[in-house]
Amino acid sequence: MKVLKLKKHNLNDYLDSLRVWGEVYGPVKQGEKYIYGQLDDLSKLDTKMLRTILPVKKFLMPPKFNTFTFDENKYKAELENIPNRIVFGVHPCEIHGLLILDKFFLERFPDPFYGERRRKTAILGLSCVPDDKCFAKSTNTHYVESGFDLAFNDLDNYYLVWVGSSLGDDLVRIRLDLFEEDIKEKDLKHYMEWRNWRDSQYKLNVNLTAMPDIMELNYSSPVWDELGDKCLSCGACSMVCPTCPCYNMSDQIRPSQFTGKRERTWDSCMFKQFALVAGGHNFREARSQRVRLWYTHKLKAFITEFGKAACIGCGRCIDTCPVDINVKTVVKALKGGK
Amino acid sequence: MANNVYLPEPMRIVRRYDLIDDVRFFQVRPLEMERALQLNYLPGQFMMVSLAGVGEAPFSISSTPSRPGLLEFGIRKVGIITEELFKLKENEVIGVRGPFGNGFPIDKFEKKDLIIVVGGLGAVPLRSLLLYTLDNRDRFGRIFFLYGARRPAEMLFRREFMELKSREDLHSMLTVDKDDTGRWTEQVGLVTALFKNLKDIDPQNTYATVCGPPVMYKFVIDEIIKLGIPKHQILMTLERRMHCGVGKCGHCVIGSIYTCMDGPVFSYWDVMHMKDLI
Repeated sequence: MKVLKLKKHNLNDYLDSLRVWGEVYGPVKQGEKYIYGQLDDLSKLDTKMLRTILPVKKFLMPPKFNTFTFDENKYKAELENIPNRIVFGVHPCEIHGLLILDKFFLERFPDPFYGERRRKTAILGLSCVPDDKCFAKSTNTHYVESGFDLAFNDLDNYYLVWVGSSLGDDLVRIRLDLFEEDIKEKDLKHYMEWRNWRDSQYKLNVNLTAMPDIMELNYSSPVWDELGDKCLSCGACSMVCPTCPCYNMSDQIRPSQFTGKRERTWDSCMFKQFALVAGGHNFREARSQRVRLWYTHKLKAFITEFGKAACIGCGRCIDTCPVDINVKTVVKALKGGK
Repeated sequence: MANNVYLPEPMRIVRRYDLIDDVRFFQVRPLEMERALQLNYLPGQFMMVSLAGVGEAPFSISSTPSRPGLLEFGIRKVGIITEELFKLKENEVIGVRGPFGNGFPIDKFEKKDLIIVVGGLGAVPLRSLLLYTLDNRDRFGRIFFLYGARRPAEMLFRREFMELKSREDLHSMLTVDKDDTGRWTEQVGLVTALFKNLKDIDPQNTYATVCGPPVMYKFVIDEIIKLGIPKHQILMTLERRMHCGVGKCGHCVIGSIYTCMDGPVFSYWDVMHMKDLI
């Protein structure tokens, strides 16, 4: 993989130049938290923030978007007006989240709505330093080798920049003048020192080994009832989780014009109506069943299907759940801890 | 984008009539004859039917791929989409995409005896299998068809199944829980009572398929198990909420599987070892 250097004071200049390719997004502060926002004003970019409220999936499967427009019975897929976007500041764990979504959406029955957005969204990764809610080292998602176009590694006064794709290379060439190609031995040393230091900064360890077995053994455990009693069914965990892909479909019509659209919106298996069928039967009426499904799908089903859990250790569920139901507390409870 | 799995294909309603009080038969066809003849699917698969402005829902295919050109459905009026569907007449156009799901493992049935057990609306998907096996009669062993409905007026495809009774290469048994007409010529009693008529079953060489209301499964499967048929040779088709048909929207998830892709046909072994299936 090609590796380059970019001096830190050139970052904003570089990102500004990328506007020739597409809209530039990155982490900006909103209230007390952070979001991936459009960087019209690059001074608002925050390169030190740790987690945005919504993960980068919001660009690839927006919370609400139109899949088809139709009149009477002619459907037309909405795939043409998707803009080129550059998202800067995506942390390694989140890029792993994208790799999981890629498998999910692009392997069996490829989803063109995800695929087209993925193709038009340049992912510019950025290294980070964990806080007490990060456990990406436990999930082995704290470094990336693929899934990005460029990856920026923060080393004091410069970035080591990995070029991860053909598009990434094109993006470098937009401002080749800002990059240095000569990686020296001291840069390697510098990187290794930083890496060892960063590894030592992970305070939280959530061991997901053997979770499929543990979930199976806990199928009838009272833990699920206790969690179900606490859960508010708000679905916030699904909204903030980088690997939650579920959605709902609904048709909106404009009767006067005989036209309409088929919209896709985020859904959550925590919602009561999620498994409700016509005729009134609900396959997961109880909250405890729904909480169990959420965790079974993340920590067991994905391992069965794709060989690894659908948890990237980003800490968003820990940060978000109002009643403290998250991967950390659920795994602990299932393993018999308090 | 070459192939959009979500894009409904326009199909014309060719014929529709009521099978029973609230269940209507729909024959549909792609607009072009050539395309209609290319439709391919397996018994046990389903299609997503789309009404622009109303939405989409999954429906089992009731026709057999051995008779190409038309797709048939038996649809119960039970929700928003079916209510609108019931308002449509011949020659109106609806959206259809699919087929989806695994369908029945027809190849494994070759040379084997087959017991098809139906309760109520379960006749819709299993009619596809029955007609398929009859159209390819030389590929299968003995075929037993057991269908139970609550009353004669609630038996789907009643006339068609009555006519099949005259065939010598099919053991067909029809029963109703209660005969309220006084003119019913077939059996009276639960579908489970028909099992006593199954003679000389060689369990290792027999497959059983079941579809019906949830209450039926336990009792029917008990009878099949008594015959000694292995768990993985007992197949059933299940229902869940589905929006996509392609394992994405998540509504039909049960533990580690997507009903729409990994099912809707599951073996009794699947049901035993994957929790929450039924």
